[in-house]
Amino acid sequence: MVDMTTLGDDAIAAKGWVKSHKYLILRRISQLGILALFLTGPWFGLWIVKGNLASSLTLDVLPLTDPYVLLQASLSGVVPETAAIIGVVIVLAFYLLVGGRVYCSWVCPVNMVTDLAAWLRRKLGIRSNSQFSRSTRYWMLALTLILPLLVTGGIIWELVNPVSMMFRGIVFGMGAAWVMVLGIFLFDLIVAKDGWCGHICPVGAFYNLVGSKSLLRVNALERQACNDCMECYVVCPEPQVIKPALKGEKQGATPVILSSDCTNCGRCIDICAKDVFSYGGRHAKKNDGLKREGEISQGAQA
Amino acid sequence: MKLTRRDFIKSNAVAAAASVAGVTLPVSSAVAADADDGIRWDKAACRYCGTGCSVLMGVRDGKVVASQGDPDAPVNKGLNCIKGYFLPKILYGEDRLTKPLLRKTNGKYDKNGKFEAVSWEEAFQTMAEKWVAARKAKGPKGVGMFGSGQWTVWEGYAAQKLLKAGFRSNSLEPNARHCMASAVGAFMRAFGIDEPMGCYDDLEHADVFVLWGANMAEMHPILWSRLTDTRLTKPGCEVHVLSTFEHRCYELADNGMIFEPQTDLAILNYIANYIIQNKAYNKEFIDKHVNFTKTPTDIGYGLRATDPREKAAKNRNKGKLSKISFEEYAKSVEPYTLEYTSKLSKVPKDQLLKLAKAYADPNKKVASYWTMGFNQHTRGVWVNGLCYNVHLLMGKIAEPGNSPFSLTGQPSACGTAREVGTFTHRLPADLVTKKDAHCKFAEKTWKLPAGTIPRANGKTDGADQTDISGKPMGKTLIHAVAMHRALNDGKMNTFWVMCNNNMQAAANMNDESYPGWRNPDNFITVSDPYPTVSAQAADLILPTAMWIEKEGAYGNAERRTQFWRQQVAAPGESKSDVWQVMEFAKYVKVKDVWPEDLIAKMPEYADKTLFDVLYANGQVDKFPVEQVTDSRGNKYENDESKDFGFYVQKGLFEEYRLFNSAEGIPKKGHEMADFDAYHKVRGLRWPVIDGKETLWRFREGYDPHVAKGEGVKFYGKPDGRANIITAPYEPAAEPPDKEYDLWLCTGRVLEHWHSGSMTRRVPELYRAVPDAVVYMHPKDAKKRRLRNGANAKLTTRRGEIVCKVDTKGRNKCPEGLVFVPWFDAGRLVNKLTLDQTDPLSKETDYKKCGVKITRA
Amino acid sequence: MVLPLLNATKLKTFLLQMSDSKDKNELNRRQFLGNMLKTACGVGLVGLGLAAYSKRASTMPANYIRPPGALPEEDFLGACIRCGLCVRDCPYDILFLGEVGDEVATGTPYFIARTGPCEMCEEIPCVVACPTNALDHDLKDIEESRMGLAVLIDQETCIAFHGLRCEVCFNVCPIRNRAITLDMQHNPRSGKHALFIPVVHSDACTGCGLCERACILEEAAIKVFPMHLAKGQLGSHYRLGWKEKEKAGEALVTPDTEHRYNLPDGVRYDLQGEGLIIDGEAEETPFSSNPLDTLNSGFMDK
Repeated sequence: MVDMTTLGDDAIAAKGWVKSHKYLILRRISQLGILALFLTGPWFGLWIVKGNLASSLTLDVLPLTDPYVLLQASLSGVVPETAAIIGVVIVLAFYLLVGGRVYCSWVCPVNMVTDLAAWLRRKLGIRSNSQFSRSTRYWMLALTLILPLLVTGGIIWELVNPVSMMFRGIVFGMGAAWVMVLGIFLFDLIVAKDGWCGHICPVGAFYNLVGSKSLLRVNALERQACNDCMECYVVCPEPQVIKPALKGEKQGATPVILSSDCTNCGRCIDICAKDVFSYGGRHAKKNDGLKREGEISQGAQA
Repeated sequence: MKLTRRDFIKSNAVAAAASVAGVTLPVSSAVAADADDGIRWDKAACRYCGTGCSVLMGVRDGKVVASQGDPDAPVNKGLNCIKGYFLPKILYGEDRLTKPLLRKTNGKYDKNGKFEAVSWEEAFQTMAEKWVAARKAKGPKGVGMFGSGQWTVWEGYAAQKLLKAGFRSNSLEPNARHCMASAVGAFMRAFGIDEPMGCYDDLEHADVFVLWGANMAEMHPILWSRLTDTRLTKPGCEVHVLSTFEHRCYELADNGMIFEPQTDLAILNYIANYIIQNKAYNKEFIDKHVNFTKTPTDIGYGLRATDPREKAAKNRNKGKLSKISFEEYAKSVEPYTLEYTSKLSKVPKDQLLKLAKAYADPNKKVASYWTMGFNQHTRGVWVNGLCYNVHLLMGKIAEPGNSPFSLTGQPSACGTAREVGTFTHRLPADLVTKKDAHCKFAEKTWKLPAGTIPRANGKTDGADQTDISGKPMGKTLIHAVAMHRALNDGKMNTFWVMCNNNMQAAANMNDESYPGWRNPDNFITVSDPYPTVSAQAADLILPTAMWIEKEGAYGNAERRTQFWRQQVAAPGESKSDVWQVMEFAKYVKVKDVWPEDLIAKMPEYADKTLFDVLYANGQVDKFPVEQVTDSRGNKYENDESKDFGFYVQKGLFEEYRLFNSAEGIPKKGHEMADFDAYHKVRGLRWPVIDGKETLWRFREGYDPHVAKGEGVKFYGKPDGRANIITAPYEPAAEPPDKEYDLWLCTGRVLEHWHSGSMTRRVPELYRAVPDAVVYMHPKDAKKRRLRNGANAKLTTRRGEIVCKVDTKGRNKCPEGLVFVPWFDAGRLVNKLTLDQTDPLSKETDYKKCGVKITRA
Repeated sequence: MVLPLLNATKLKTFLLQMSDSKDKNELNRRQFLGNMLKTACGVGLVGLGLAAYSKRASTMPANYIRPPGALPEEDFLGACIRCGLCVRDCPYDILFLGEVGDEVATGTPYFIARTGPCEMCEEIPCVVACPTNALDHDLKDIEESRMGLAVLIDQETCIAFHGLRCEVCFNVCPIRNRAITLDMQHNPRSGKHALFIPVVHSDACTGCGLCERACILEEAAIKVFPMHLAKGQLGSHYRLGWKEKEKAGEALVTPDTEHRYNLPDGVRYDLQGEGLIIDGEAEETPFSSNPLDTLNSGFMDK
């Protein structure tokens, strides 16, 4: 078992605190920065981005629209405006490239809440973990897409969607949305590890599908260096994605984490004292192969 | 509120149950009745316009907590307009002034200092020094007071005495100069006596109504509902409306006409011409009761003498009438044919003809109504007179339904400004300072030495009156607009503005009024309940008790005098205008302002204060303080009486009454009932003779001044005949040109009264109409790339303001004219307007100047 | 537009991921089905709950009014993606987004006429901003919008009905003299004043609510309600005869023939007009037209 009290110490020792939290810091900057872009308008009258994550207009030029919300709307029979279509295309193109769940780890404000819950779980040593399937989110996704077809009243998920609710709440006014946020926090803290983002959230599931063939991936190119400290498994919100890449050498599996569950959050990169993980392309395995070939040839030469 | 604990619990339990069930219960009648427990109701005249609605104000624990229209009031029968509905709230604006405020730096008066609270004593001492110095240094025009048609009768009367007799200055003007002076001028010229001959009952008796520059629908709301009712219920009744833009009266109009500004002069002459051409005139009436006269033409525009338009005028400011024959008169209106008039005025011929026929039909009773469209007119006296011409030609005058009727804008423009005569040239009851005999009568009535009151020309018995400066008095008259010019030029050094907001009202603020007030040589006092634009521009602000915080009397447009008692106390150290005027008089000694030769006539006055000789004269202080009690036994305070030790209002009123009832009065016809009678009735229309009111004047049977067999007698004139006065069309002073290409007209809206210092403090009224907008034709807006709701910059030769464009609202302007209301202190439209006046009445024309409009 | 995303490959992945992403082969079929059923049931229950909640959440309070151009409520809830762009582009800041706990679908825009009515911008920026047509982009003329309908709901307190000269609603109405007109009537109580009764016309009223805000009563007597609450409906079978005739420009059936009557001299009958006309009736004499009145009234000189 990993000693939670010393979690990350090795990485800090090896790389220093900043380097061992590099992507965490960058992600927080990204998440808060996006919020800030939306808030300069209402707070300071400096309008950079208007709207919220569902649909926005940047500098009165660039439209961005959340494909998941628009999909729900379309299923309820709406023909969107050109701006929305352009906005969806841009957003989809982006996530197709960088990985759908980059939304979850770099954009979604709920991530900060669930990360906090996960961190507290580790600190407090809360072990309770209600077992339910990670596939629940796909059922939820299916549900949210079917409901607009079945029930009048359209985008029903958006009545309760904590993801859009939290962001909108921060930008437009919270109301009782903080109850939902608190609920997720407590759920993740007490009921299930990574319960919301890793199991239930249909938004994540949607982006999961969007990014299933994305180019940007985390890989374990240096998997030979792995010292089996297991810390990456501990901090990873979707730990099931690591094993095939990290431990798949024997089976000839690629060191690239191909599962679209991976959120490209980079915590594994930060926490690893041995720098096993890094960001790379989807086809980074070739480099891996080349490298090994090089090693072999080097050996032969020796 | 006498809700017992048990009732309280009960009603709350029900309410709680209801709220659980999601029901809002109507307030149960029992509880509502209880809620009215302990309210003392008393009558008052409405604080706003000249209609003179009566209201009942409900007071409990020293505060007005309820109000209602007075169901027994003949004018309004319990009704109110939207402003009257909110009357209690005008007393309780959050920013009421409660202490005298003087501009000071380091504890001393400083023209550029900040306002600091001072005692009344310091305020009046500072003021008195300035006034006495200015009076000595600059002569009778060195001091000035600008009062109000919203003053109560005795406030105007007390001020009249203070200025004319006390300070020996004719520099007293009311804001009615901006409002009713043209009407007064025309009344005097045509009939020799002021105020309408008819009354509001004409509204039920006329067959035809003609509105000349009066938006009654908004400005006289209750009268309009009476007119509307007649139109709805009387078969054959028709309504003609004339204005320079379409306003709410056009909703009822059978014949709505938009005319080119200033061409009302031509239209009225056309009607006279039509009547003569068709021989429809009432020959018998003309022969018996009318003189024909003409007035000098090309008389200028009341601008400064240096203005090229004044230099070009042949007969600047002239108005002396000369007699002509009927034939000469007929010839003078001959050019005003239908074709010519229609072309000039841009009113279609058929509409003009319809209007002329209505006047010319001997079987139709015609009532003409006008307000500021006629009065605020550089030919205001003329155009008022032209309307009388038409009525006189037809003999349609001074009988039920046949009535040329000048509507009043202020609650007591008639009762105070006009009847008390708080104009530079007037004395009470239509007496004038031009006439030595009138002045002598006033002096005798006031127990003052002959020659006290400055004559218009500064001469009494053919000799110069001496001034305190030792020099001859010289010419003494100075009208409102001239006062601002004199302040600007440093010729007048002290100015007291009371009960009005002249800095927001007077035209050409940028060039005349503001620099005049802020002239370092000048000391400006403003008495007001609220921090108005005027107060902001003053040096000393005196907090004022308003309306029912004092005992008062107003006289409305139909000669109805109405009284009310003091019903609540004024906040803080606020004092009523009458108290301020009388108390200030204590700070000035007779010898400070009267020359020795005058004092020599009554040497016992030498060391007395003006208060002693004007108010403690054995007449004004004749009635002892009494606990004011009504017939139901309710008791009322009277703060002024308490302070001065005598029944101030009664004393002032009864002395004033000597002007219309004493032996040997120079002019009859203004008789009033005694003081106590008015507290009992819902107003009386003067002349009140033997306790009886007069509804229609000059007509036998209706008017006791007309003897049996005389039929009609215009007894204001020595020969009993009214004047038909011919006057031509003359162009306006500043018509649009290439650069300033639109007419600018200003005025009011229903929801706000005048400068909005009261109504804009009522949240509901403010919410209903928050800001002034510029009403304009959609095409004019489009030409300037303006759309409805956009910000527009209005520029005239004198200044600029920014306000929103309204192309869809209540006022529909024709192309080429825009309308802006003046209630909004945030958009001072008087920065734009030209200080042009009627050269005869000296009343400002706020309705016509050139303006340029661009996108802001 | 977004539907093609769910192409065949996607669907396969999707279905695969419906099951757990653990090594599927390790699960026996029975366990797999059991798990799936459990999750499906759970999610199904959530779906039922959501559908029920959506019903409740889509019933707005009567004083919540949608922005101009809003589709009918059910369609609107399907189309609105809760982005708040309309809120941002409203120059008068009257629009709110429903917050959790509000009685309005979360994140959807509305205004409350009494405190902030629609100012009827000519360019309708809120509609232009809407990316999904939830605010109908076919609405080009703000006067054509139907946000709701003003209803003079309380004639007992409206001071105009008592003869007071208020008419603030009429004066502020932007559809001047069409949406609200004044019906002038005789005031029988005072006997000499007129009543100016405001009357709302649904063919012109946009429901902007400027009248409701301006109403000077403590509780407004004129209120804007959503159209379905405000409007009655005539029986579908019934037509107003005179209106149909006016529309057609002539009688819908064969015109009436000329009528002739048995009448004494000096008496006429006007069928379509005032009925019986006794000529000379208007002439005044001291006598009643009925001789019995004279005979029974006693001597006149008494």
